[in-house]
Amino acid sequence: MSDLELNCPLLLQYDRIVMAHGGGGRLMQQLLDNLIQPAFSNPLLNQKHDSAVFDINGVRLAFTTDSYVVKPLFFPGGDIGKLAVCGTLNDLAMSGAKPLYLTCALIIEEGFPMTDLQRILQSMQRTAKEAGVLIVTGDTKVVDKGKGDGVFINTAGIGLIDAGVESNPRHIQAGDSIILNSDLGRHGIAVMLEREGLNFAHEIESDCADLSGLVEDLLASGIEIHCMRDLTRGGLAAALIELAATARQHIEIREAMLPVNSNVKSACEILGFDPVYIANEGAFIAFVPEEQTEQTLSVLRRHPLGRQASRIGQVKAAHPRGTVTLENVMGVSRVLDLFSGEQLPRIC
Amino acid sequence: MKYLQEYRDPVTAKKLVAAIKAAATRPWKIMEVCGGQTHSALKYGIDQLLDGAIELIHGPGCPVCVTPIEYIDKALAIAQVPGVIFCSFGDMLRVPGSASDLLGLKAQGADIRIVYSPLDALTLAQQNPDRQVVFFGVGFETTAPATALAAYQARQLNLENFTLLVCHVRVPPVIEALLNSPSNKVQGFLGAGHVCSIMGYHEYLPLSLRYRIPIVITGFEPVDLLQGLYMTVQQLEEGRFEVENEYSRVVKEQGNLPAQALLNKVFDTVDRSWRGLGPIAGSGLALNADHDDWNAEQRFPVAGIATQESPLCRSGDVLQGLIKPTQCPEFGVRCTPDKPLGATMVSSEGACAAYFHYRIHPHV
Repeated sequence: MSDLELNCPLLLQYDRIVMAHGGGGRLMQQLLDNLIQPAFSNPLLNQKHDSAVFDINGVRLAFTTDSYVVKPLFFPGGDIGKLAVCGTLNDLAMSGAKPLYLTCALIIEEGFPMTDLQRILQSMQRTAKEAGVLIVTGDTKVVDKGKGDGVFINTAGIGLIDAGVESNPRHIQAGDSIILNSDLGRHGIAVMLEREGLNFAHEIESDCADLSGLVEDLLASGIEIHCMRDLTRGGLAAALIELAATARQHIEIREAMLPVNSNVKSACEILGFDPVYIANEGAFIAFVPEEQTEQTLSVLRRHPLGRQASRIGQVKAAHPRGTVTLENVMGVSRVLDLFSGEQLPRIC
Repeated sequence: MKYLQEYRDPVTAKKLVAAIKAAATRPWKIMEVCGGQTHSALKYGIDQLLDGAIELIHGPGCPVCVTPIEYIDKALAIAQVPGVIFCSFGDMLRVPGSASDLLGLKAQGADIRIVYSPLDALTLAQQNPDRQVVFFGVGFETTAPATALAAYQARQLNLENFTLLVCHVRVPPVIEALLNSPSNKVQGFLGAGHVCSIMGYHEYLPLSLRYRIPIVITGFEPVDLLQGLYMTVQQLEEGRFEVENEYSRVVKEQGNLPAQALLNKVFDTVDRSWRGLGPIAGSGLALNADHDDWNAEQRFPVAGIATQESPLCRSGDVLQGLIKPTQCPEFGVRCTPDKPLGATMVSSEGACAAYFHYRIHPHV
């Protein structure tokens, strides 16, 4: 346990958890790398993928878990229940798995309206049914008023990986095309506008969606998928930076190629956010061999969740630590860095 | 959105870059005053496009960066008072005070909230009559009118549980202080467009004349910056020193008169110390005596707080344009956005944060 003693630089820097430790930026990465990963270190965890992937009796399985603490619980385009099912389905799908079973653990605050709970559960059931998965076990706890925030949900999921499917950050290689299925930033902005009560002329809906069907189409097409990753907390930037570091590659994306809905773009301009850092719940990237770019795009575009699919960049070459550069509209490249802490709205 | 496309058009930008390179006979040193301009310049790679044809010097126009540590410490002290809801703009939360920052206090249970407007804080006060709500008003003339409006309304409503900790600052006195400094090397200024949208640009005419220096009021998009730089270079090459307005789609000479009237009604001009730069006469705005009852410094006992700056931080030199952030030995070493030694590494407008964020940093 020497890794966890007080000589850990992370512990010296902060003696308490701050919100930014969960914000998807650099502090969260440090918490994972310096405290959580070392605490449990083992080969499966160290794969650093969305799910742990392992064989049991010759059957290849993916296993994952995620907790949902979104505020507000109901937002344009979804609710915490839909999110809790889709998020875990997507984590399984990113490992190339076909989701089979989910769990549902609820932590409910005293005084929470029963009708809201019912709405959330119905939303979970509907989403699971549409995805063809069953919620097979769960747990329910109630905490004192003021000790929770309405309701927190944890789901875990298990899925089956077919032979020959190998979606893993370590398979990313120079020359790979990076394909994005959708536009960026809708979930994060929709939730933020709802939470802060900011009214824009046009409502922005979360992109919250189950990607497993789209991924299944992709897998069935025979395309050699090197890696997939959904773009949740920290957005496209956090996903690319982590993958570049794990794969030790230089990834380059082109800003002009990034699809961003014009309402999201306007909201980002006003709030001082960069859409590459905003969370999505229905967006993912796939790394495929350059020569299969067009085939990948055409498979994705046949599915409602992939209509806007586009190639946003390329893996350039091996790099000792891994790096991500963004070529801006002026044709100048800059390093894409994890943001520090949480993205905070600017002063002016 | 129309403006965004037009003012980020790469073809127009490249034409302007070529024009600047053709016009500049030497690498004129031009300061962009506002932190928003600094970030835009680095984000779009304006300095790289110009490739040394002129030198951009990054100015002190980052409101978070220049707020004196004394006020951060006052904010920290007030936020810890039981029953207080302390409201601030987002970027202030990570600015280091002598011992902590607001985010750290929040983690220990202080009720600290991010607001988008001072009026949101006022509403919070109305919704929580049993709590003391305090708004931390910082920034230049751009954000000052909204703070003034909150103070004005609080007085009109006679709202007893709302106060403001005000540390607003003004641009013209700091430009003058930089020009008076013996180490000054700035030869032309890009004026801060948003500040001038409120104040107009007539305040800059005497400065330009007295110090024989071009000042071009400039916007924030890449084409704005390049156009502003081109206009400045033309003045320098022709030996002119005038105030010109590149940002005429937003800025008028007289500015926003109702906003100015409100500032006059609520604030007094006072001497203010700037973090990293020291005291500058007439550079601050403070609540006037009519608003004593809404002044957090009157309501809470925060006088005489002892402050402690990091001895390693060279943000003062950065803010005066004397060194580039990467020339500070602590840049990326002991000073990062996660654990900043000074405010210039914190804010989304701080020059050190801009270099850390948009450039490959040599030490890390």
